[in-house]
Amino acid sequence: MKLKYRLVRSPAPAWFSALIPLLAIVVTFAITSIFIIIAGANPFEAYYYFLISPLTSKIGILEVLVKSTPLILTGAAVTIAFASGYWNIGAEGQLLAGAVAAAFLGTNLVGVPQPAAVLIMLLGGFIAGMLWGLVPAILKVKLSVDEVVTTLLMNYIAIFFVSALLNGPWRDPVSNWPQSPTILANTMMPKLLPPARLHFGFIVGVLAVVSIWFILSRTGLGMRMRSVGMGQEAARFMGVKIGRTMFITALISGGIAGLAGVTEVAGIHFHLIDAISAGAGYTGIIAATLGNLNPFGAGAASLFLGLISTGSQAVSRSLGVPSFLGEVVQATLLLVTLAMFLLRNYTLRKVE
Amino acid sequence: MDAVRMVGITKQFGPLIANNKVDFELKKSEVHALLGENGAGKTTLMRILYGLYKADTGEILVNEKPVQIHSPKDAIANGIGMVSQHFTLVPTLTVAENVVLGFNEGVRLNPGQVNKKVEEAAKKFGVDVKPDTLVRYLSVGERQRVEILKALYRNISVLIMDEPTAVLVPQEVDVLFATLDRLRKSGLSVIFISHKLYEVMTISDRITVLRDGKCIGTVDKKDTDERSLARMMVGRDTFGVQRESEQCGGKPLLKVQKVTAKDKKGLQALKEVSLEVCEGEILGVAGVSGNGQAELASVLSGTLKPESGKVMLGDLDLTNLDPQAISKAGVGRIPEDRHAGVVGEMTVAENLALEHLDDFLKNGILNRKMIKEHAEAMIKEYQIKATPSIQTRKLSGGNMQKVILARALFTQPRLIIASQPTRGLDIGATEYVRKKLIEQRERGAAVLLISEDLEEVRGLSDRIAVIYEGRIVGILNCEEASEEVLGLMMSGAKEVAIEA
Repeated sequence: MKLKYRLVRSPAPAWFSALIPLLAIVVTFAITSIFIIIAGANPFEAYYYFLISPLTSKIGILEVLVKSTPLILTGAAVTIAFASGYWNIGAEGQLLAGAVAAAFLGTNLVGVPQPAAVLIMLLGGFIAGMLWGLVPAILKVKLSVDEVVTTLLMNYIAIFFVSALLNGPWRDPVSNWPQSPTILANTMMPKLLPPARLHFGFIVGVLAVVSIWFILSRTGLGMRMRSVGMGQEAARFMGVKIGRTMFITALISGGIAGLAGVTEVAGIHFHLIDAISAGAGYTGIIAATLGNLNPFGAGAASLFLGLISTGSQAVSRSLGVPSFLGEVVQATLLLVTLAMFLLRNYTLRKVE
Repeated sequence: MDAVRMVGITKQFGPLIANNKVDFELKKSEVHALLGENGAGKTTLMRILYGLYKADTGEILVNEKPVQIHSPKDAIANGIGMVSQHFTLVPTLTVAENVVLGFNEGVRLNPGQVNKKVEEAAKKFGVDVKPDTLVRYLSVGERQRVEILKALYRNISVLIMDEPTAVLVPQEVDVLFATLDRLRKSGLSVIFISHKLYEVMTISDRITVLRDGKCIGTVDKKDTDERSLARMMVGRDTFGVQRESEQCGGKPLLKVQKVTAKDKKGLQALKEVSLEVCEGEILGVAGVSGNGQAELASVLSGTLKPESGKVMLGDLDLTNLDPQAISKAGVGRIPEDRHAGVVGEMTVAENLALEHLDDFLKNGILNRKMIKEHAEAMIKEYQIKATPSIQTRKLSGGNMQKVILARALFTQPRLIIASQPTRGLDIGATEYVRKKLIEQRERGAAVLLISEDLEEVRGLSDRIAVIYEGRIVGILNCEEASEEVLGLMMSGAKEVAIEA
């Protein structure tokens, strides 16, 4: 049988690009329904809890913002890296480095006034994230070692380093749990609307998004970064120093990812735990990709992913399905969106 | 009886007629050369025969029977095989596995049996390869032999080779010719695509010359010589733009001294290239593509480091400077591949500013107003059909080239490196670019014009250097440089003493 229509390689109409977010959600819904049905729940009901119920109360909305905070930061970190052609898969490790720095500073900044202490925490986390991104950056620039591999592997080093700390020197002497001692009150992120958990880290996230937008679109450095990301050969021809630009990109990206570690330690958990990241480093890649490497797009995607993450707990509570379904939805959404991005290069033509 | 006959083949790509009613006949057991300049339509014709393109009109007969060839599979079924310039081998498989890949009976692969069969075939056809070696360990020449064996293994009687010598070192060329000679004696017909005259005269029995998509004629080797082949290959109408004067009294500005460089594959691309360009002069560099022009342009633009030698701009040593420093030193550069000269996803304004970005910054922040005004001024001055905020990739080739031209020229550079500046442009854009280059010369700038277009080189240059296999084989004054002389020099048949 011959198909009457065929996909032809030519840019899709503009309305298609505009509809991508909506189409992606609908297609994702259709696909994940299968899993929801297997888990024994009604997909429409499940999606009500995923997408609507968290937004029906003030506390729910604030909780979505709490869940989004680390994603906004890692999403911003990945966005600036990917937009500049540096494939940093290491936001997870850089986040953990920032978290370790926060746990250390948080127990040592005795007597420092809170605003200064919080600032030092953030600065320390930024530097720690940068340092964690340094080795892959040097290997990339000096020896052309693929950063996808090195940044990814650095994640595992960070994960086991944190685990070693928590099961060794930093084990909580009071509870004997594998968690670091609670940080000092003056180093905690102030709450924005007490008693809700939403904290100053959310503001940091918003500032990070605005900053990377400003860097990428308003500064000479950012223009050079984008030129490397979008056309390395031409950028080199025009005199852009590729290695130097990538190196700076890697450090900024690592630093921002490090901030996510600080906000989780000093805003939510108040000590370092094994599960401090909850995969935010990887989910940041999803956010950046869903946002089409636009800083604000990535920010919006982070909020949406935060919603799904909050909603997955509601689904789990109300319908008794595993909360892992949230991750299934996030991952499916990523794949579907990537497919949609690919489809932008094609149009449907009638075959004679 | 002819092994293959192609009658009245026409193939059009958009406005370009790649093949215009071409007739081609191939006899049994002959080596038949298909000769012509780049873009003459040789490869297109052979791709049609091999089923990669479909002819708009025309007929193909194999063994005097009309056939329909829609795909390489059809071609192979009709006994036609092709070895293209870019090899299609899997480096991590063995020679034997590559040979049988896609031509294996059944699902199971018996390595021992396959090795034996391939070895027998190699012996039978006199192609020297070891079946159990991994392809990744083979030299380019050996890989080519695997490609040939791969074709022969499919029981073909006609072998098409697309510029097989382009990737080979001279010793490997000798081995290839010996192989082709053996195949010819065993009854195979070979079509040999080339633009190198001496190779054609060495290996072929008959020669068909294509020019601008048309068949100029087929001659027996014994009835012709390199000189008349060159005339058939390049002879055409002369070019319209006239130069005002014959001046070249300026002092030398660019001095290239014994520059040696390797290409991306690590092959020697430039061999002790020396030349000088004076102020107020256009020096043309003529040559068939792939003879080192791209590497010469890259060395002068700062994107390729030479192995040895020196590049001087007046008293300034440019040899190991990066592109930014070279640009700042007053060198305007027009790259060979315009898509590698602009970032397509960025806007016209951004592409116009990026090379001289420091001039558009205030404390590291983009001066967006200045960038926009600059773009508007350039768009007006260079008659670019674009807006400052449009993505550059959306521009036509001519307008994209004007963006590059504007970027290269607005700083009034002392030296301009123009590499294939009009390739692929329509007539209007071509004339515009040429006019601009002449303007630069009148202004007193030194212009190095690297081009494969002989009309262009002859029409614009004060002096012409001919490059062949990475060496400058002669520098001529414009009036000495007839197309015939250039044609011979470009194909390695003639060398003149280089003037001091």
